[in-house]
Amino acid sequence: MHRQLVRAVQDLDGVTFHDLYEAYPDYDIDVAREQALLIAHEVVVLQHPFYWYSVPPLVKQWFDLVLEHGWAYGSTGTALAGKTFQSAITVGGRETGYGPQSFNHYTIPEFLAPVEATARLCRMQWASPFVVAGTHAISSDGIGRAAQDYALLIRSYAGTPASHGAA
Amino acid sequence: MQNFLLSAVVYLAAAVVAVPIAKRVGLGSVLGYLLAGVVIGPSVLGFVGAEGQDVMHAAEFGVVMMLFVIGLELEPALLWRLRGALLGLGGMQVLGTAAALSAIGVVAGLDWRAALASGLILSMSSTAIVLQTLQEKGLMKSDAGQKSFAVLLFQDLAVIPILAVLPLLAMVSPESIAAAGEGSHGGGFVEQLPAWQRALVTLAAVGMLVGIGRTVVPFVFRIIARARLRETFTAAALLLVIGIAVLMQFVGLSPALGTFLGGVVLATSEYRHELETDIEPFKGLLLGLFFIAVGASIDFPLIGREFGTVMALVAALIGVKFGVLWILGRFAGMGTAQHLLFALALAQGGEFCFVLLSFATQNRVLPESVTGLLVAAVALSMALTPLMLMAWERLIAPRVGTAAAPARAHDEIDESRNVILVGFGDFGSTVGRYLNANGVETTVLDIDSDLVDALQRLGLRVFYGDASREDLLRSAGAERAALAILCIGDAGANLALAKRIRQQFPHLRILARAAGRRSAYEMIEAGVPHVYRESLDSALHLGSEALHLLGHRAHESWRAAQRFRRKDEADVRALSDVFRDDTAHVNAAREAIRELEASMRADADGALASDDTAWDAETLREEFGGR
Repeated sequence: MHRQLVRAVQDLDGVTFHDLYEAYPDYDIDVAREQALLIAHEVVVLQHPFYWYSVPPLVKQWFDLVLEHGWAYGSTGTALAGKTFQSAITVGGRETGYGPQSFNHYTIPEFLAPVEATARLCRMQWASPFVVAGTHAISSDGIGRAAQDYALLIRSYAGTPASHGAA
Repeated sequence: MQNFLLSAVVYLAAAVVAVPIAKRVGLGSVLGYLLAGVVIGPSVLGFVGAEGQDVMHAAEFGVVMMLFVIGLELEPALLWRLRGALLGLGGMQVLGTAAALSAIGVVAGLDWRAALASGLILSMSSTAIVLQTLQEKGLMKSDAGQKSFAVLLFQDLAVIPILAVLPLLAMVSPESIAAAGEGSHGGGFVEQLPAWQRALVTLAAVGMLVGIGRTVVPFVFRIIARARLRETFTAAALLLVIGIAVLMQFVGLSPALGTFLGGVVLATSEYRHELETDIEPFKGLLLGLFFIAVGASIDFPLIGREFGTVMALVAALIGVKFGVLWILGRFAGMGTAQHLLFALALAQGGEFCFVLLSFATQNRVLPESVTGLLVAAVALSMALTPLMLMAWERLIAPRVGTAAAPARAHDEIDESRNVILVGFGDFGSTVGRYLNANGVETTVLDIDSDLVDALQRLGLRVFYGDASREDLLRSAGAERAALAILCIGDAGANLALAKRIRQQFPHLRILARAAGRRSAYEMIEAGVPHVYRESLDSALHLGSEALHLLGHRAHESWRAAQRFRRKDEADVRALSDVFRDDTAHVNAAREAIRELEASMRADADGALASDDTAWDAETLREEFGGR
């Protein structure tokens, strides 16, 4: 699934594809390098599967280490101010499983509240998430359509240098 | 003086020209020196003539130095472990060979005493040639290498009793022997003492050697080392070796044996590496000189006149020695290829033969007509040794070494795998097992044919072979493979192989083991970026456990180790550009200290010890603490 999404966007002009699990198999994140990448891009799309209603552990580690006080937030932390942040996630259950009356009790944007708050604390623009739902039972056509939509979205950003993190 | 310089030019030029050529065409340095000797000798160019024998005597000191260096590398514990091979194999080799050759001598019409004398003399093999050649081929650590070494060591020991026995075999009256013996052998006053006193003096000398080596020598070296005078240290090292040799000669023991013992005594001292690096060049030059002298002393006119006899002697010498060694190897339980190597390696006459033959002539044990022929036969058999070992390496070992599956071996190696793994010791075998466990099949090459046999019996696809040979790499599938993983324990051999592969198979990605920082630098300089220092990860693993045991949180210790590792790897890559700029390399040991200093200074900036700032930001407390 994610392989298809990545393939749809990784070679687009103006897009930097950066695979965190490939870069840091030992969770040893190079903070300086990550911060330089963030500074060099205007849009950050964080692509990952939804694990236990949240980000995968390496992405959390990435937040913990890279978004330093005094750099990303705090009175002097303005390095990311004004940039755009968007989550691009896949979830196994169908869209209808999310909501106050449903199986999971909360909507997907509600689950993403910590990520949204993180972005806002860093003075970034929060764009509503790109969600591919129902991946447990998706057809290959469905994957193809999702990949097309995704490519369209990323291409719309590609005018500005877009960054694209994947986990 | 003029004359001395002139012959120095001739010898050195011969070595400089012949040795690189010989190595280039794959003959090895020993054969190069021998050929150089033949060329400058009286038979071809005639640059050096009658003094060849004198030069050989002087150059024999190279053998003495070699044994000192070998002793340095040999810890007493290892020597003790070799005792079985030393006495069993060595003793049987000398006795068996002497008996067989003496029998041939009697049959050929020699007097029984002369036959016995020549049998004893010819049972010696050439320490210089065998060890030099085996070391060059990286075979010293193999089973055959170790056993050959044990036999050679025993022979060196046996020289002493043989020197004692030879005069008794003289064909003239005892009085004239005594007179001759005094003039010839540099035994000094000890020879005139009765036997029990002589034994006492000998024991005292050995005891003195051990005692002084343990106490006085380290003390003196400490003072010299503190004075930081490099040439004084070299002088002291030479003084030590030559002093031991003189002492041994004085009490009538073999200088080679004495310096060997001295080396063993100093093997555990902290100056071992300094001594090794200081003696090494002298040893190399003198040994080279010795081989040249052997080449020059081959009496081609005599061989021409007595061609049939000399050839028969060479054949008998090599044949008998090979036969005896082969039978002994049987009992020692060696693998086929190692067995053959062992028998071939030692099937020649040695430098001690020359010494003993001249001693025998002086004592009138053997007539000069016989010794002339024997000297020629011994020299020829020595010259043939590197050739025979080369033949073993090229023709026999690749086949016999894989005797368990002679027909299959070639097919299997043909079917190419993606990964070639060279060196299957502790390091390489861990890599290989890990790859196999994850479904990656590798073609493994190793130079120890017994290991290869054993692993093949376990069903592993391991092949015997010296990976520095292009044809072997080719048949291992180097042209189609994706990765070459180089795990040879000898850093120099690993580096040479990496360079060769970069040249001949540029498409292969190389992942190389490196011994330490220095060998990592050399690898990176050779264009191999994927370098893995063999102890870095386990050392940091240990360090982080230590930090944990001291009360740091486990994860914090682990992160600190990760950070250290990343910085250290970056430092190594940065320093690899400049490591050659400093031309004042004193020696390997001091160089290592200098590098350690540099890396510790790089650590001192504090960045390594600090925590991840994002997790425990002091700045947060500063900003929000006041509110």
